[in-house]
Amino acid sequence: MYAFTYHRPTTVRQAANLLAKHEDAKLLAGGHTLIPTMKLRLASPSQLVDLSQIDGLSGIELKGRTIVIGAMTRHSEVANSPAVNENLPALAYLAGVIGDPAVRHRGTIGGSVANNDPTADYPAGCLGLGATIITSKRRIRADEFFKGMFETALEPDEIIVRISFPVVQKAAYEKFRNQASRYALVGVFVSKRSSEIRVAVTGAGGNGVFRVPQFEEALKKRFSPKSLEGLTVSPDGLNGDIHGSAEYRAHLIGVMARRAVAKATA
Amino acid sequence: MPAVAMTVNGKAVTADVDPRTLLVEFLREHLRLTGTHVGCDTSQCGACVVHVNGKALKSCTTFAWQVEGASVTTIEGLAAPEEPLHPMQEAFREHHGLQCGYCTPGMIMSAIDIVNRKGFALEDHVIREELEGNICRCTGYHNIVKAIASGAAAMGGKKVAA
Repeated sequence: MYAFTYHRPTTVRQAANLLAKHEDAKLLAGGHTLIPTMKLRLASPSQLVDLSQIDGLSGIELKGRTIVIGAMTRHSEVANSPAVNENLPALAYLAGVIGDPAVRHRGTIGGSVANNDPTADYPAGCLGLGATIITSKRRIRADEFFKGMFETALEPDEIIVRISFPVVQKAAYEKFRNQASRYALVGVFVSKRSSEIRVAVTGAGGNGVFRVPQFEEALKKRFSPKSLEGLTVSPDGLNGDIHGSAEYRAHLIGVMARRAVAKATA
Repeated sequence: MPAVAMTVNGKAVTADVDPRTLLVEFLREHLRLTGTHVGCDTSQCGACVVHVNGKALKSCTTFAWQVEGASVTTIEGLAAPEEPLHPMQEAFREHHGLQCGYCTPGMIMSAIDIVNRKGFALEDHVIREELEGNICRCTGYHNIVKAIASGAAAMGGKKVAA
């Protein structure tokens, strides 16, 4: 790991100023992606801005018909939150299948969403629920937030503060894990909120998380796994690697989507 | 930058360390608490698991500075020298939940974390699922699972036949 200067601001504004001042500064949340990346020298920020001393970035609140989760909230807190389990059990489930118990004690929702790893779980949860990402500058709809592999709509000095999830009628997440890394080889998040149907896929897309309009159309008619029978996703543009070909991932999207809908309607 | 300060196994410690210093390096190299191991150095194997404010984490993927002011417990902090072993340590000895022993400190720290979260009566499948982040590369998991079930019961005050 290369040397860096370590900062511990106590306000979001101070953190944003540090980002604005240093072009290659990086934010440190839970560190469970950034620290391994720095060890491999795939990242070598000259300045590291630790968000842990900023008050008010962590916590879960039920506000009307939305669940609002602070950016520094750990995966284990989301997985075990009574408010999330009662109102959005699919999101609690998603948080509980990230990494392993020790990783879930450290990893944060804001870190995961800002990193937008193409195999991470939270991007599917955000896009699949139509979440809103609230930053130090503005509110960004999930549909406009995820821009491609490790790319988001965040500006260089913009910081995620919290994420707001609408409480939906039905939702479920199904994940086919990579046997070694436990990241999603394919993960599918489905939700139904009155007439709005969302099917979001992680792990498979060459450009990260994406929606499946043909599945959503079919589920609009009837929200049942039967509606998806016979429907397929083209392998064009999907990831293919030693863990699974693009064709295999395309097949898994159908399987995981049907399982997710079955779970959501059970 | 001022020296980093925290409590390790009940003792206040402080040291002047480079920001790059991982918690596991701080424990092993500055405090000479070498019971916490580095196996994979990529947050997969769990040999480096310690408790920070009562929760298990991977000390190879945490900077010492990130836990400033926290209370850290390592394998050395479970039982004082000359005192009886912690019930979970005793259960690993009793059930021979180890072969080379390299993964054992992390296994035991994760095991106690499982008990803290899931209680004293643990079914085998729960133990196996919860041990996802700890890898043993020599003995297999059978005796480790037995040891954890027994250690958990012992922590709850029950003696379980070996």
